[in-house]
Amino acid sequence: MNDFTAIGRRRLLGTTAAGLAAATLPLGGALAQAKPLVVGFIYVGPRDDYGYNQAHAEGAAALKKMAGVKVLEEEKVPETVAVEKSMESMINLDGASLVFPTSFGYFDPHMLKMAAKFPKVQFRHCGGMWTQGKHPANTGSYFGYIDEGQYLNGVVAGHASKSGKLGFIAAKPIPQVLRNINAFTLGARSVNPAITTQVIITGDWALPVKEAEATNSLIAQGVDVVTCHVDSPKVVVETAERRGIMTCGYHANQAKLAPKGYLTGAEWNWHKVYGDFIADMKANKAPGNFVRGGLKEGFVKTSPYGAAVPEKARTMADGIKAQMLGGAFTIFKGAMKDNKGNTVIAAGKSHAQTDPWLESMNWLVEGVIA
Amino acid sequence: MSGDLGLWAVPVAMLGGAIRVSTPYIFVSLGECLTERSGRINLGLEGTLVLGAMSAYGIAYLSGSPWLGVLVAMLAGALLGGLHALLCGLPKVNDIAVGISLMLFGTGMAFFLGKPFVQPKAPNLPSIPLGWWIEQPELRAALEINPLFVVGILLALALTWFLRRTRWGLILRAAGDSSEAVRAMGYSAETMRFTATTAGGALAGIGGAFLSLYYPGSWNEGLSSGQGLMAIALVIFARWQPIRCIWASLLFGAAGALGPALQSVGVTWGYYLFGAAPYVLTLGIMIATCSPTRSLRGAPAELGVTR
Amino acid sequence: MSVTTAAGVNAERPAALSEKLRAAAQAAAPTLFAVLVTAVIFAVFLFAAGADPFEVYELIWTGAFASWFSLQNTLLRAAPLLLVALCTALPARLGLVIIGGEGAIVFGGLAAAAIGVVLIDTPYVPALLLMAAAAMVSGAALIALAGWLRHARGVNETISSLLLTYIAIAVFNHLVEGPLRDPASLNKPSTASISDHHMIGTIPGTDVHWGLAIGVVVCLAMAVLMRKTTFGFAARMVGGNMRAARMAGLPIGKLVITTCAMAGAAGGLAGMIEVAAIHGKANASLNTGYGYTGILVAFLARHEPAAVIPVAILFGGINAAGGLLQRRMDLPDATVLVLQGILFVVLLASETLRGRSLFGR
Repeated sequence: MNDFTAIGRRRLLGTTAAGLAAATLPLGGALAQAKPLVVGFIYVGPRDDYGYNQAHAEGAAALKKMAGVKVLEEEKVPETVAVEKSMESMINLDGASLVFPTSFGYFDPHMLKMAAKFPKVQFRHCGGMWTQGKHPANTGSYFGYIDEGQYLNGVVAGHASKSGKLGFIAAKPIPQVLRNINAFTLGARSVNPAITTQVIITGDWALPVKEAEATNSLIAQGVDVVTCHVDSPKVVVETAERRGIMTCGYHANQAKLAPKGYLTGAEWNWHKVYGDFIADMKANKAPGNFVRGGLKEGFVKTSPYGAAVPEKARTMADGIKAQMLGGAFTIFKGAMKDNKGNTVIAAGKSHAQTDPWLESMNWLVEGVIA
Repeated sequence: MSGDLGLWAVPVAMLGGAIRVSTPYIFVSLGECLTERSGRINLGLEGTLVLGAMSAYGIAYLSGSPWLGVLVAMLAGALLGGLHALLCGLPKVNDIAVGISLMLFGTGMAFFLGKPFVQPKAPNLPSIPLGWWIEQPELRAALEINPLFVVGILLALALTWFLRRTRWGLILRAAGDSSEAVRAMGYSAETMRFTATTAGGALAGIGGAFLSLYYPGSWNEGLSSGQGLMAIALVIFARWQPIRCIWASLLFGAAGALGPALQSVGVTWGYYLFGAAPYVLTLGIMIATCSPTRSLRGAPAELGVTR
Repeated sequence: MSVTTAAGVNAERPAALSEKLRAAAQAAAPTLFAVLVTAVIFAVFLFAAGADPFEVYELIWTGAFASWFSLQNTLLRAAPLLLVALCTALPARLGLVIIGGEGAIVFGGLAAAAIGVVLIDTPYVPALLLMAAAAMVSGAALIALAGWLRHARGVNETISSLLLTYIAIAVFNHLVEGPLRDPASLNKPSTASISDHHMIGTIPGTDVHWGLAIGVVVCLAMAVLMRKTTFGFAARMVGGNMRAARMAGLPIGKLVITTCAMAGAAGGLAGMIEVAAIHGKANASLNTGYGYTGILVAFLARHEPAAVIPVAILFGGINAAGGLLQRRMDLPDATVLVLQGILFVVLLASETLRGRSLFGR
């Protein structure tokens, strides 16, 4: 049931302007769109968490500036029946035709149920494993190979660290996190094969006191560069800066929080992904179902180097980045052992970034203490 | 360069953690101690803590002065405490229920008003380097304490003296032990409880300010994980004596630092279970010290918690 | 508080219908008054926050009740609340304030999912019954422990039930991400699926699962238990006047533990329904605050199991409308928290208008 009469005043002006603009633009395509394209975003946490959710919100904000696009957002939606109803409400009451549930736990069963119920609406999930034949055609998943950014983080950290000990504060030991830990360590060890990464797991995505304690514990062990994979790296970065050690950022650019110690960071560039999806929708084409990309495709980016980064590090990292941009660099290639001594990648074998095997990673590479 | 401490990292981290993490416990437990001595239990201190944290951070950011933030947190805490006292003063109102309701209300208000403050960085409270003479960096860092920690200790001493040696302290304790005795003395138990609860709320607000302005030194919605409620159990453990509240707070702070410290030396199994250490500790202490027949030694008789 | 009154429980005798209606109206009046006062205070708050209160209330109505979709949304969100609220409401009749609903739901859900994995080849009805039994036993154990600690060791049950909840959640996380984890669950650690053919279906013609019906039936059953049986009478006597109950020789310990066990079983059952009707497995999504909302529902229903039904629907409605408030009015989700907080505070204050208090003291 489309109920445009209930739109609040703030949205009304925006919608009218967008609607007028869309109606008056000469459209050389097949169908002229008098109604704006309504896109829905659903975040699992607060959209200003200086991290994961904020990165998506910034992508959404870029879409708001586009003509003919109306963006709906809901934040702090739990991964229960609530998200099903949020999606349904966006579709029924606001006419959404493209929905982005951005948290991993939204995929199964929630998004799949809604996709089956609304076959005309497109659903794209962040981080899920869409499989042809198993999942409906109006769903799909997208993600960025941010581990490339973490690899570069590791390279810079490897140069900058004087103690040879790096620290990684992780929320949960899930494949996406393990992949980041491994990439970071591999990057550092390509500079100094004796470097180790100490991992502390806090247990949940946003636990500021635990994250601060973890940072302090790592420093007590002699760690002098720290990075993290939690929803909001703010506490880790600020605590590290206060104790005088260096940090590599994640999700978004935290350089402002650590003017002395910030080295570089791995950031999302979601507005590129979302922009591509919108372009597809506007051309009346369904967006891709399994969309992945790294530095080359512009899905992720790196932060500018901080003052503490030595010249050697910049050169080496820039060199590797250029290779990645050209698609010529493989992070996960054999022979590779895990931190228990088993061989996880045989000699001569290599896994390209797009290899789905990497998305179910459950091991930690040699050199990670965890 | 700092050498790695190896296994010594665990006790050093726990010492540092004890001091860092205990300060909010100190303030909330002292506030609750005062309130309970007057015969009222305030379960809403969790909400007061969170609201205090948010208002301190917001004001510190807007004004540039962290100490002004602490002051405002105190006021916010006093407001919630006063509201609690007013509601409980009404006949037939259950104080435990009021506490839970204010916990939810305080948290809701803090999250709502605190939205614009998640991103910006507010100036932090300074620290006093107590271990400036120590060479070993980790030990030195562990002994870097916050002025509020010192204030907390002084406050505990002051409260002990107040309760034991001053006239008002005696009347307050009387309000907690027997409302009839207070009335006979010519004072109103209700007024004493109102004052004590308001003051208790103010202290809890300061505890919150510590969280957002010193450690971890940031505002977001996951800042508190039940510290306000644990502080209430702490007071029972400390037998309602302010100095014991300090020791108990240090113990709880150390328990909170246990998980990450163990992981840093390689004990990585069961980090959730170690994370539950403070709660298990609290429960264990309560089981060991409570008894159904013998009334808890030192418990104010008017207190509903020891029926 | 230190003065004991004579037994404060009305003796049961057949009453005329008009008398019953008047009594019911008298009971409901302060609650309705509280809702009204809340609406006014919240309107002032909204106005101060720069939002139009009328628009907000209209949106709440639209999002909660105004269409078949909204109504189903509300009922779906109310379903778990019905059972979880009993986790607080039942012990409250004995004068115990237990806030361990979150722990019970989490334990129950985990037990159900764990058993469900083992029972994949068992036929539908026995499998579901066993899952429900496992869930109820685990939830009951948790809350009965709090009750026992209160009775045997004098440990304050509010604090102990909350501590047990935190501990239960930690154990739950440890098991779900460790020994019971399904390796195929990748980035959302979960137990293995209980399989599609063991899921609880929806009520025909609607989107709402049978858990709603189960919740309603259990609430009504508990209402009958508390009002019409000897057990219920004894329980209310303990809640009204502990000393008189002891002198009358009532088995207080047994009453306390049984009631707490039932309360925990209700919470555990809610967890099982979440697993079997929605998720198909146990994971962190069980731990999203139903327990805490359940506490509110219980208090607002004045711990009457029958009144839990409309109050749970009210809360389901407020939560259902929350999303609409976010999208249409740019209000943060904490707005709903503030509304609930105000409602709770005002309701407690309105208790003072009543003849008999919430806890008989």
